[in-house]
Amino acid sequence: MTADQPRYKTSDEVDFVIIGSGAAGGILAKELSTNGFRVVVLEQGPYLTEADFTHNEIEILAQDKLTNHPKLQPTTVRKTPDEKAKPQRAVLYGRCVGGTSVHFTANFWRFHEIDFIERSKVGPIAGANLVDWPITYADLEPYYTKVEWEIGVSGLAGASPFDPSRSKPYPMPPLPVKSSGVIFERAARKLGWHPYPAPMAILSQARAGRSACVNCGFCLGFGCEVGAKSSSLATAIRMAEKTGRCEIRPNSYVHRIETDANGRAAGAVYFDEKRETHLQKAKAVVICANGAETPRLLLLSANKQFPNGLANSSGIVGKNLMFNIYATVTGLYENQLNEYKGYAVSRVLHDFYELDAQKVGFYGGGGLDARIDFTPITFAFGGLPPGTPRWGKDFKAALAHNFTRTMEVACHGTSLPVENNSFSLDPELKDAWGLPALRLTYKDHPDDLKLTNWLLERAHEIHEAAGARRKWSFPVGEQQFGVHLLGTCRMGNDPKTSVINADHRTHDVKNLFLCDGSSLVTSGRGQPTMTIEALAFRAADRITALAKRGEISA
Amino acid sequence: MNELSRRNFLLRTGTGLSAAWIAANWPALLSAATHAHNAAKAATPPKFEFFTTDEAVEVEAIAARIIPTNDTPGAREAGVVYFIDRGLATFGADDQKTYREGLPELQARVKEMFASASKFSGLTVEQQDTVLHSFDENAPTAGRAFRARPGAQNLFDTVRLHTISGFLIDPEFGGNHDGVGWKVIGREREHMFQAPFGYYDKDYPGWQPAAKEADKT
Repeated sequence: MTADQPRYKTSDEVDFVIIGSGAAGGILAKELSTNGFRVVVLEQGPYLTEADFTHNEIEILAQDKLTNHPKLQPTTVRKTPDEKAKPQRAVLYGRCVGGTSVHFTANFWRFHEIDFIERSKVGPIAGANLVDWPITYADLEPYYTKVEWEIGVSGLAGASPFDPSRSKPYPMPPLPVKSSGVIFERAARKLGWHPYPAPMAILSQARAGRSACVNCGFCLGFGCEVGAKSSSLATAIRMAEKTGRCEIRPNSYVHRIETDANGRAAGAVYFDEKRETHLQKAKAVVICANGAETPRLLLLSANKQFPNGLANSSGIVGKNLMFNIYATVTGLYENQLNEYKGYAVSRVLHDFYELDAQKVGFYGGGGLDARIDFTPITFAFGGLPPGTPRWGKDFKAALAHNFTRTMEVACHGTSLPVENNSFSLDPELKDAWGLPALRLTYKDHPDDLKLTNWLLERAHEIHEAAGARRKWSFPVGEQQFGVHLLGTCRMGNDPKTSVINADHRTHDVKNLFLCDGSSLVTSGRGQPTMTIEALAFRAADRITALAKRGEISA
Repeated sequence: MNELSRRNFLLRTGTGLSAAWIAANWPALLSAATHAHNAAKAATPPKFEFFTTDEAVEVEAIAARIIPTNDTPGAREAGVVYFIDRGLATFGADDQKTYREGLPELQARVKEMFASASKFSGLTVEQQDTVLHSFDENAPTAGRAFRARPGAQNLFDTVRLHTISGFLIDPEFGGNHDGVGWKVIGREREHMFQAPFGYYDKDYPGWQPAAKEADKT
């Protein structure tokens, strides 16, 4: 929280109110305020800073210090629309200034050309609502470069033969390789594949007043205490504050977009920390609340004029949800890797980015990486091989031997868009503020499950080629929980089949814009944040151009 | 949730998985207070905040079988019982009932299995292990000479969760006294590290394009 922040009155009609301060909201706040606009960012979570980011596994992981809180924000889950949903945790997302970018792993893969044109390249897929994006990789390329240079991404251009074209190298070399990365690289090369240094949104060199990564080891799931992880908090939010035109207002839970008699957005209605209601007036509204809360907010904003929810004349707000697939094979090695040191992922491969559906018998693609997902405590519960005693001297001996000798090969991949897979409002359950709870409906497309199993076999092959002493994985089941929340307000040219146009403007409300995971039309191969941030930079350019031409407030 | 499905969930839930799994499975647990750490460090430990002395003795005895002391330190040396007590006295209050109602049930199981005994802590370690094995998921149920005791089962599962957490948490936050838990698992107690990190990266020559790729260019 810097002293440069203005304090706007809720009655001041600012140029933009942005809802959410995460990967997209942070960048839009920075870009729009830099371009001269007066901006208020409403963030439901608290304004935490580096000093709050401890290594306390209980406080951070078990008590959701950085994330949505299941007691305050309960959710329900079901597989198909004809079931009654049961109370169960459905999503995990960042609930603090900086959003999910505070605790994410920071894998920063660009999407490839194929991700924007899958439908025209492969044709229709039964049971999937697959369509092309209204923009291409070439449209987004300059903005990927902008993310790498302005937010800070470490990597090595040209290291992967499968990488899409790029206009500029990375601004920093890759982070130091981990033992898991070396094992992965050597084994994958033996198999004829092409591992390369993982592009990560973590600084390998000090930059812009931020420290390089100090390899503390509490990375995935934790906030970075030295600001080396390129979260919106450590980057875009700070830059937005320095303009003197952007106010970050934490503890502000937006639950309705107010519309006027002309069907235009008039501002955002929110609860403050004391649960008092305010209306922040604005000339235009930008929702960046993530792929779950953005559609929920539109549905909560239903009124006489917009009975199905705001910007929902298509009826597809909340639908076509994609989680990405994820599975791991764990391996135990002879010598110490010490994966607890350092960031999560140092090597990745994209040989399977575009699988031949004819050959493998399903549609999809993915990537593999070398990592460890465990902290000391979670390792004791999830990192030991099957059959290990759960307590006693043999349990202790296994912990003592395996903790430093274990790594995982993780599989990431496509989720196909399925219309029934969705976020909606639960008809019964309420959150702590009395608002309808988020309801998840999700059943993986059969191809997604086949893809997961196929990639798992490749991950087993890596451990095999690497000479793992032991390796294991668990049967693939249907997903009922998501951290990648994608596709629920998809972008498109046709107002009947999409929620926003290529400028991120909703088809129905001319001064309402959406930008976050909900904007994605396809899921890529498992690492969406880089694309969400590139879209945010691009959206800021488009919105600025519209505003300067007087096409927003008209 | 059994161990396999727990792991299954853990391994399938994506990048937030550790957080998600803990959040979904953890009975609103133990404070990050430094209290327990200080308690274990103090020459004369302060009074327990939740446990009676008798209860604390029993809980510590269970914890000491979950992570026993042998040639390396165990739950006892890590001050786990103080960590649990502090948690139960603060916001982990939801679990108070598990302990208060589960302990008498556990003692009932002890008496069923060893007629002459009255307390878990009074058994030999072999006898203690026999009692705890009766709570294992794969413990034979047919021909059991004792009654089902869901409260005691729940107690054992909860003590296990809390003991492991108190043994392995960052020592700054109320358990893992003197970092003994991390010593046992081989985690160096430093706040930051430098490459090389382990055996396999120490002689890494630096990134080279694959030979085949190099030929192409």
